[in-house]
Amino acid sequence: MSLPVTDAATSRYDSSHEPLLQIRDLEVGFQTQRGLVPAVRGVDLTLYAGQTLAIVGESGSGKSTTAQSIIDLLPGTGKVTAGQILFEGRDLTTLSAREIQEVRGNLIGYVPQDPMSNLNPVWSIGFQVEEAIKANNIAQGKEARLRTIQVLQEAGLSDAGDRLKQFPHQFSGGMRQRVLIGIGLSSRPKLLIADEPTSALDVTVQRQILDHLGTLTRDYGTSVLFITHDLGLAAERAEQLVVMYKGKVVESGPSQQILANPQHPYTQRLVAAAPSLASRRIQAVKTHDSVEGEIFAQGAIDNTLLERAAERENAAPAKDLISVRNVSKVYRIRKQGFRTDELKAVNDVSFSVQKGTTTALVGESGSGKSTVAKLLLKLESITSGDIEFDGHDVSALKGAELLKFRRRVQPVFQDPYGSLDPQYSVGNTIAEPLLAHKVGTARERQMRVLELLDQVSLPASTRYRYPSELSGGQRQRIAIARALALKPDVLVLDEAVSALDVLVQGQILNLLTELQTELGLTYLFITHDLAVVRLVADNVCVMRKGQIIESATTDEVFDNPRETYTQDLLAAIPGGNFEFGR
Amino acid sequence: MLWYTGKRILQMIPVFFGATFLIYFMVFSLPGDPIAALFGDRPPAPSVIAQIRAEYNLDKPFIVQYFLYIGGLFQGDLGTTYSGRPVADVMASAFPITARLALLALVFEAFAGVLVGLIAGLRKGKWFDATALVVSLLLISVPTFVVGFVLQYVFGIQLGWFRPTVSGDAPWGELVLPAIVLASVSFAYIVRLTRASVADNLNADFVRTATAKGLSRRRVVTVHVLRNSLVPVVTYLGVDLGALMVGAIVTEGIFNINGVGGTVYRAVTLGEGPTVVSFIAVMVIIFVVANLLVDLLYAALDPRIRYAK
Repeated sequence: MSLPVTDAATSRYDSSHEPLLQIRDLEVGFQTQRGLVPAVRGVDLTLYAGQTLAIVGESGSGKSTTAQSIIDLLPGTGKVTAGQILFEGRDLTTLSAREIQEVRGNLIGYVPQDPMSNLNPVWSIGFQVEEAIKANNIAQGKEARLRTIQVLQEAGLSDAGDRLKQFPHQFSGGMRQRVLIGIGLSSRPKLLIADEPTSALDVTVQRQILDHLGTLTRDYGTSVLFITHDLGLAAERAEQLVVMYKGKVVESGPSQQILANPQHPYTQRLVAAAPSLASRRIQAVKTHDSVEGEIFAQGAIDNTLLERAAERENAAPAKDLISVRNVSKVYRIRKQGFRTDELKAVNDVSFSVQKGTTTALVGESGSGKSTVAKLLLKLESITSGDIEFDGHDVSALKGAELLKFRRRVQPVFQDPYGSLDPQYSVGNTIAEPLLAHKVGTARERQMRVLELLDQVSLPASTRYRYPSELSGGQRQRIAIARALALKPDVLVLDEAVSALDVLVQGQILNLLTELQTELGLTYLFITHDLAVVRLVADNVCVMRKGQIIESATTDEVFDNPRETYTQDLLAAIPGGNFEFGR
Repeated sequence: MLWYTGKRILQMIPVFFGATFLIYFMVFSLPGDPIAALFGDRPPAPSVIAQIRAEYNLDKPFIVQYFLYIGGLFQGDLGTTYSGRPVADVMASAFPITARLALLALVFEAFAGVLVGLIAGLRKGKWFDATALVVSLLLISVPTFVVGFVLQYVFGIQLGWFRPTVSGDAPWGELVLPAIVLASVSFAYIVRLTRASVADNLNADFVRTATAKGLSRRRVVTVHVLRNSLVPVVTYLGVDLGALMVGAIVTEGIFNINGVGGTVYRAVTLGEGPTVVSFIAVMVIIFVVANLLVDLLYAALDPRIRYAK
């Protein structure tokens, strides 16, 4: 297809009443040693030219599998076992390998999920874009080079001409996603499949990119099939919504209608659990007092949260457990030759945390929030300033004192897949800190493991299992149990719920809140997700470029953000301005 | 990059001295008197022995011997063998032969290994893959000399495709069979390494994206899978050069090749310090240079690797 680039758009708008894409009764399965495991079990959807349709569901719901089966990108042993995928009336499931290759890129573009892993690290950006342009016969030779620059500029890389020879690792995540969007749209396809295109990015970057994608596809008249786990995002970006659960479509129709009036119990749960929405509820309850509290019981967030919200208001001022004073951290970055550059990852940061409360550090990636956590955990040394924990200067701790400090302050990290040793059974993982600090006898440690599993609501039999056999939510519970093993006073939660699906996220937040009341824990909660902050934090510090630009109680920050940056962050929460039903 | 290369070349100086010193010391500490061994059952007059010992500096303490040797080295004198031939001459005849052998082996294992590994990786679980795995396991577990004798018997004697032994000046053609024998173990490792790496990369997200762009299968495999898979293979090849030089001792023995392997082996049994040390020193330099080349090639293959310091 070599439509002239300039007037490609207009002709596509006059859609006949034939749908562009129609999926009928699609079934997809994966061949395993135990036979065929169905992943998609009868999906129907219809997409007209120029429309945007979002498939929403949690991981494992079959939404990505559905999207990938359209252009035969199923991984491994995946196969379409029944049904039809009609694209402009042609059944794509019956095409030969060569025919589907003609469709890919050319008629149907694809924007993948993770910008970090979707560009080949050993080829330059220019090469990878130009390759797509040449393969689809949009342009050849010198013209292909010019077209490459044009494509990248359209995707929002203004200095594309100078950066063609750079490699993916020299681009930020947002930049890479722009490159991938450029590749996806390079041949002006009729349909663009966008599989979670921004879930790996910061909210503000996410908004810019989605706005840009929206403008481009509108201009070219491209239909978009949008895959996401974020209901708010789907509602904001798509006219039509398809909700998938366990391989089936449970609900479909216009977005507004579904959100305002969800019919299926699963959709109702999703709507209730969307954190951006729930956080509004807390606010509502607090201003109008507890009459509307009953609504809340249906959500994933427990009533305890409400009580806590009330408690917070009356709580007597306690002593500071952690106080961070004028702390800076400077990294030296080696440049070519002998020169070095200084990077101020943390710049003159001060805040304090009272015992039994939760303080959230919020910011985009690169804002220095995780570095603060590392400094507090004494995993990195402080360049200047000091951190005091329970009256002791942390940087001066040595030997037995340091061990004692480590027992009292425990971390939980973001990635529940990476932070558990796959070779260790769950029981050993949880017992390891006890062993390392020589706490108790073998039998006592076993008892403690059982107690901890109970605290994080996992059955005792879990101790014999291995991380690979568990879901993301279960793994994060284990990471929390491990952190609690030494009965710490403080948990440093570094993006501890960011990698989880909304429903699971709700459960874990709930668990954390319960544990806090039960054990009197103090949390330092590090996240980029403001919606989550609203649910759990008492105080918020907003970080940007290594500095705390705003810090106040949670309600203050959310109701009257002082800084424009905070306002931007709040505005970028997907679905924030959307009317949800319940 | 220039800075990095310079630093690596400077690093070769202590490596050179360390290696020569250690080897000289080991040869010196070998039990037995090398001069007495020269004469067999009828020992010569003590005065003759003393004269020979003086000529080869064997009457001096070890450390003096070593520095006399190093001093000679810097004047271009590598010493002489006990039979009176200059070591430089021996090297000039032995090294080209072994260099040809090792080069052929390296080329064979790199090309054949990567090709077989690539096909096996692309057809994971099919018969080609299964066969490649079994054959490579066999090559790894059976000692080289067994493989050598079997190939020599089958192709050299029964079928007559190759000369079973190699003539004095060792032309390229006659070295093909010995090179295959020499490369067999490394070939097997490269097959396995490439296969695993290809199978891994086939599942990479960027390969799926490349497919989604509308590229042909052939292009996806050659441009996006193969290049990424070569990075670990190249690293292995660099380390393997050392193994090839060691392996050459056995292979040269089987095929009666007058290369480095045989010469060093004879020199070690005779306790000829200067000969052994000179040969090993050259080998060490080849090894270090090869590893430097590999590291530079590594950076060319993977742009994320940059040697800044």
